[in-house]
Amino acid sequence: MFDPVSILRQLGHATVDRIWRLGFAARFLWAVLIHSGSSFRRLPLTLREIYFSGVLSLLIIMVSGLFVGLVLGLQGYEILQRFGSTEALGTLVALSLTRELGPVLAAIFFASRAGSSVTAEIGLMKATEQLKAMDMMAVNPIARVVAPRFWGGVISMPLLAAIFSAMGVLGGWLIGVVVIGVDDGSYWSQMQASVDFRYDVWNGVVKSFVFGIAVSLIAVFEGYDSVPTAEGVSRAITRTVVTSVLTVLALDFVLTSFMFRGA
Amino acid sequence: MNRTVLDLWVGFFVAIGLAAVLFLSLKVGNLSSSHLSESYVLKAKFDNIGGLKVRGPVKSAGVVVGRIVDIQFDSATYEAVVSMTIDGRYHFPKDTFASINTAGLLGEQYVGFDAGGDEKMLLAGDTIAKTQSAIVLEKLISQFLFSKAADGQDKK
Repeated sequence: MFDPVSILRQLGHATVDRIWRLGFAARFLWAVLIHSGSSFRRLPLTLREIYFSGVLSLLIIMVSGLFVGLVLGLQGYEILQRFGSTEALGTLVALSLTRELGPVLAAIFFASRAGSSVTAEIGLMKATEQLKAMDMMAVNPIARVVAPRFWGGVISMPLLAAIFSAMGVLGGWLIGVVVIGVDDGSYWSQMQASVDFRYDVWNGVVKSFVFGIAVSLIAVFEGYDSVPTAEGVSRAITRTVVTSVLTVLALDFVLTSFMFRGA
Repeated sequence: MNRTVLDLWVGFFVAIGLAAVLFLSLKVGNLSSSHLSESYVLKAKFDNIGGLKVRGPVKSAGVVVGRIVDIQFDSATYEAVVSMTIDGRYHFPKDTFASINTAGLLGEQYVGFDAGGDEKMLLAGDTIAKTQSAIVLEKLISQFLFSKAADGQDKK
């Protein structure tokens, strides 16, 4: 049974397959960008997608942001108290949220909440041959279906990440100041003294924008590329979530190493 | 879904998203201070900057008046050239004394300005003449030990 030639052939096949899909995704992104003019000329289409991927994700983003902030407040206080520097709690909460946790966790929630539903929608459209029907009626499905969903995600993602971070800072304040009793003034002033707008907040916004592009592209691509059967669509949804999460974490490492190398 | 209701929700979403960005930049970050006002660059040469870092603070009387933007080595004089942007609201006399201090025992290092009494003010691009280098703890300890050892020999 052990046949080195066939094993090598399988390895080669898998490699070529992966690279082919990557190239296909890049060409797909190009096609989406070329046909995205209509998603801004016919704004209601994009607004509808912002509603579905942004507004409906609000609840999970706000609640999870608040809870991440609460936990950061508790754990941060517990550790800072050992060094007698609980005033730095605001700095700890704000820096960890704006730099890393806000963009990354919001992107992961966004991928599982909105990305998966976009994939399911486009995949089902493909399975029920609605995309082909549009093509027959001389309506470009990329311009009509894919581009608005892509841009809806790209626009929603930085806003969601900012809301996540803001809720987290409020959560840390709730635990630290209201419940435990860290000084209110030092919580905010220490935070303001050490959080730089361009270096910390703005880099976080850039990160969430990049994650928005990545997650939205993966979601629409997996839907468009899905095998048009019930099983194929369900697999595509799984792939969307898994690939998005891995891509976000890998991109985060790359972006962090470029942004926060330390002076 | 009704078009007007949808517009309302999207508008609500974008509004609280922008409010969150505003909150992060004004309340959490410090956009309101020093970034908006005009600033100018001053330079200072030090024999030894210790652990001074780019983006570190410049303080005068304990108030942050600027940031360090660049640190370079001058190969002609073998000194470190530190460039600082100073908030345009603050001006210092020509004979201002720049020293490298440490916040607390283990804290970060910063450049401290002690204003002199000169009538003329430092202008953009000027170099501060009077500086004091960072105190290197190892040197201080070794000086103390050597002087102690020298004292011991004298007594014999």
